[in-house]
Amino acid sequence: MHKALFFSILFFLLPSLAIAQETQAEMADTMRSNGKIYVVVLVLATIFAGIILYLVRLDRKITRIEKNQGTKQA
Amino acid sequence: MRKWWWKIICILFLGYTVVAGFLMPVPRLNILNETIRNLYFHVPMWFTMTILFTASFIYSIKYLRSSKLEDDIYAVQITNTGIFFSILGMCTGLEWAPYTWGAAWSNDPKQLATALSMLIYFAYIVLRGGIKDEEKRAKISAVYNIFAYALMIPLLFILPRMVASLHPGNGGNPGFNTYDLDSDMKKVFYTAGLGWILLGVWIASLKIRVELIKYKDELY
Repeated sequence: MHKALFFSILFFLLPSLAIAQETQAEMADTMRSNGKIYVVVLVLATIFAGIILYLVRLDRKITRIEKNQGTKQA
Repeated sequence: MRKWWWKIICILFLGYTVVAGFLMPVPRLNILNETIRNLYFHVPMWFTMTILFTASFIYSIKYLRSSKLEDDIYAVQITNTGIFFSILGMCTGLEWAPYTWGAAWSNDPKQLATALSMLIYFAYIVLRGGIKDEEKRAKISAVYNIFAYALMIPLLFILPRMVASLHPGNGGNPGFNTYDLDSDMKKVFYTAGLGWILLGVWIASLKIRVELIKYKDELY
């Protein structure tokens, strides 16, 4: 009786296990194993640093003009 | 440059977002795959827009109470920055959708509602451009801005949740419960949200300061 139950459960579970292995979502694993994801991070970090540098310089410039004009700071 | 601390926080948070956003583990989900990382970049655009529009709504009310040109400048420049972030949010959404929903535009309720509220805010700029008299322009646009905000909230946060939507957290659900479970993502996501909001505030503050210099003769 137990054996029959065991095999019937196994019978129904096996296909689902196979499907579960098949449907493992695809991720950027190759990119990570090659280490090349860091290239993307580097590129983005560079762009981000550039934008921040630009903002800081703009901020400083506006501060200087504010000082020259004698307007108060926002 | 007296108040630097929050700008430094902004830089640190966004720096963390750019690095951790790509390297931290994310849940393996079909269809979404690695694009789930867009959550750190696409969604904060809308957070920033909402915060900025809320701030400009407050300044518009302030202007109507005080009639000070300064409040009008704050309201307008904050709205302009908010519109800028809404365009970024829309563009990133259009880039993300073809790979996950099958089409850039699928008439999703949230897409439609966002397009509507963007048009409402574009009309704000057009309205301001059409009025020559400064005081009239400030007053009418302040009233318009209050109505625009009162429309945006139900359009973005209530209506899409009452119908079935492709966006997560819609169709009856209040938040991002699909992703909320993952604590790794939460860390990056909240940092990203705060960082982008601070960046929006920073850009808006620069625009305001330029305008304050421009109108200094009338202000002081």
